[in-house]
Amino acid sequence: MSMNSDQQMLEDSARQFFAERSPTAAVRSNRAAGRSFDPDIWHEIAELGFAGALIPETYGGSGIGYRGLGVVLDAAGRSLAASPLLQSAFIGAAAILRHGSPEQQASILPRIASGELTLALAVDEHAHHRPEDTRTRARRVGDQWILDGRKRLVADGDSAALLLTLARVEAKGSESDRLQWFLVPAATAGVTRQRRHMVDGEGFADIEFAAVELGQHTALGGAWQDVLDIACIGVASTMQGAAEAALALTLDHLKTRSQFGQLIGSFQALQHRVARLYVDLQLSRAAVTAALDALDAHGEANADGRLQRLASLCKALCGETLHDISNDTVQLHGGIGMTDVHDSGLFLKRARVLETLYGSSSHHRDRYAHLLGL
Amino acid sequence: MNEIEEFRHATRQWLETHCPASMRTPMSEREVVWGGRKASFHSADAEQWLRVMAERGWTAPSWPRQYGGGGLDAAQHAVLQEELRRIKARPPLYSFGLWMFGPVLLEFGNEEQKQRFLPPIVRGEIRWCQGYSEPGAGSDLASLATRCEDQGDHFLINGQKIWTSYANLADWMFCLVRTDTRTKHGGISFVVFDMRTSGVETRPIQLISGESPFCETFLTDVRVPKDQLIGPLNGGWEIAKRLLMHERTNISAEAFGNAAGLDLVEAARQFVGLRDGVLIDTDLRARIARHRMRDEAFRLAVQQARADGARSGAAAATALASIFKVAAASLNQQRCELLMECLGHEGLGWEGDGFLTDGLRATRHWLRSKGNSIEGGTTEINLNVIAKRALGLPDPS
Repeated sequence: MSMNSDQQMLEDSARQFFAERSPTAAVRSNRAAGRSFDPDIWHEIAELGFAGALIPETYGGSGIGYRGLGVVLDAAGRSLAASPLLQSAFIGAAAILRHGSPEQQASILPRIASGELTLALAVDEHAHHRPEDTRTRARRVGDQWILDGRKRLVADGDSAALLLTLARVEAKGSESDRLQWFLVPAATAGVTRQRRHMVDGEGFADIEFAAVELGQHTALGGAWQDVLDIACIGVASTMQGAAEAALALTLDHLKTRSQFGQLIGSFQALQHRVARLYVDLQLSRAAVTAALDALDAHGEANADGRLQRLASLCKALCGETLHDISNDTVQLHGGIGMTDVHDSGLFLKRARVLETLYGSSSHHRDRYAHLLGL
Repeated sequence: MNEIEEFRHATRQWLETHCPASMRTPMSEREVVWGGRKASFHSADAEQWLRVMAERGWTAPSWPRQYGGGGLDAAQHAVLQEELRRIKARPPLYSFGLWMFGPVLLEFGNEEQKQRFLPPIVRGEIRWCQGYSEPGAGSDLASLATRCEDQGDHFLINGQKIWTSYANLADWMFCLVRTDTRTKHGGISFVVFDMRTSGVETRPIQLISGESPFCETFLTDVRVPKDQLIGPLNGGWEIAKRLLMHERTNISAEAFGNAAGLDLVEAARQFVGLRDGVLIDTDLRARIARHRMRDEAFRLAVQQARADGARSGAAAATALASIFKVAAASLNQQRCELLMECLGHEGLGWEGDGFLTDGLRATRHWLRSKGNSIEGGTTEINLNVIAKRALGLPDPS
């Protein structure tokens, strides 16, 4: 589906906002200040209605929808802007909207929309994304849940107030174990978190849950994989923006740098290299657009596991494209590309973190193959 | 019900009534309907399907009604395509007239030319071929040398064209000729003529696949009436480039990879086999998955571009056509290579007994696909176009 005029306006204003208020220079100032994001910028993002983009107006949101918020994530990705937008406004809000009870929605969504409450997805426990192997356990004791386990490198885990945590619920009787999401306030007794300093400077944390007592209404319904599919689509939107910005940066260099008495962008070897990357970008963009549209649509459009397939498709393709472009951004800039003063390195570092989140490209190719019946 | 939904409803009903059941099955290459004076139909249903669609103008849905087209707007056109896809209807007509010549004639032709040439294209009565490449003008198309001299009341053409698709089966040719030898791009004109004209001779070229879809075309003292010049004298290059854009768009969307034959995933399951539900050759499995992912993304990109349609300008459309051409060629070649790998020994037969029909066909398709990155502008030329038009990179000095 093509972009409507509202979405086009949204794209223009989002790109302008992030370019002006949170350019790549902000990544450096955050790094220097030792903070994972700038709370003032997050406040402005919420004021613009982006924090409540998925949330209906009845809960204080702006109801822009998935495609619209995808456009905003893309814009944030272009300048590698750090904020709770992806974790809270996209993944967190979507999880509650799609799988929360009416009570959970009423208590949580207005606070996400205003930006005062931020969420983070606590899922992985090992070096790789293997949610089926989750060992964090939730036990039912009386009318409470008791949570035990540890999560590795939770994005926004150092700052989020509410941790959307994947845990294994032990079987009772003839049932088998199942996985379920729990809403765990980070301030609950027994939750400890340790910030980890990541290669891209974002606010990740290891989180331990030791006999954490949760109320009975803290579990989220629905299929647990759906939340991860949403997460993949959100990350893919961000990666697409970052990849397009990195290529634009490289093209600027090719059009201004002279060697052998001519602009290096006139060399066919380089032209063909970037032209191929541009073709890749058009394919990954189509995949992420289709996935966002599928989230906005309901029912029939997502029959036969279409949403799952599109989630893996866009996560893998945007990941591969960003991987290749971030490498060539360094290479085609030559000497300056390997220095810290240049933005190439910022794109390269963020690229690998995003590629790894919620399953690498290879992980999602494997899942896609499985969905094909191979 | 709003207007477009009413149109969908009416279209669906009409197709239910008028599309024969046998026209809703996958089509082999031999069953393709190309029309023209020498038209052959594989079945009565195919002939009828062309006739009813042409009567409604739906072989050329977006062309104006006064030239026999369907007169549909972009939204209606999209609905018609969706409804055709929904019932898996075969295209009633394959035609270079519909895909390439018609669109540029609508843009550059005069009224008399449009009245004369467009309706027979819609009805599939005249089959067109493309006189572009020459032995000395391949990727450097604008260096073409076929001479066209003004003889007062007519033009006289002498030269040779090559890679003319189906010239031996075509009725008319649209042709690039040199009308001024002093400048390169500015000395090219766009003319059309009947292939029965004296001095036109075609000779098929056999390819590595064994087929002969392309011809050499020899033009010796060919007399062409002056009202068969399209656009201004020496103004042919603009038309030529626009036509190439239409060609690339159509090649990408229609011609590659839609042929009936073995499905890659099915072939992998059948010929390589599964163990515990996973393809036995895990390396091949990963490469098939990667291919199918890019293929799905490509199809989504084409769909989205169609929906965006009119909103992008001519420059963007040119770049997009090249992007799709590069992607489509590489995807179809990849698919053919992977299919050969799945088939193993079964993919190595040339003809005769002892081989599966599907296997033999896959082998020929694989060989034919090598042309995909050459015909309609090589991948390298299209990458040049992308670098220049989409990325704004400078020309070599």
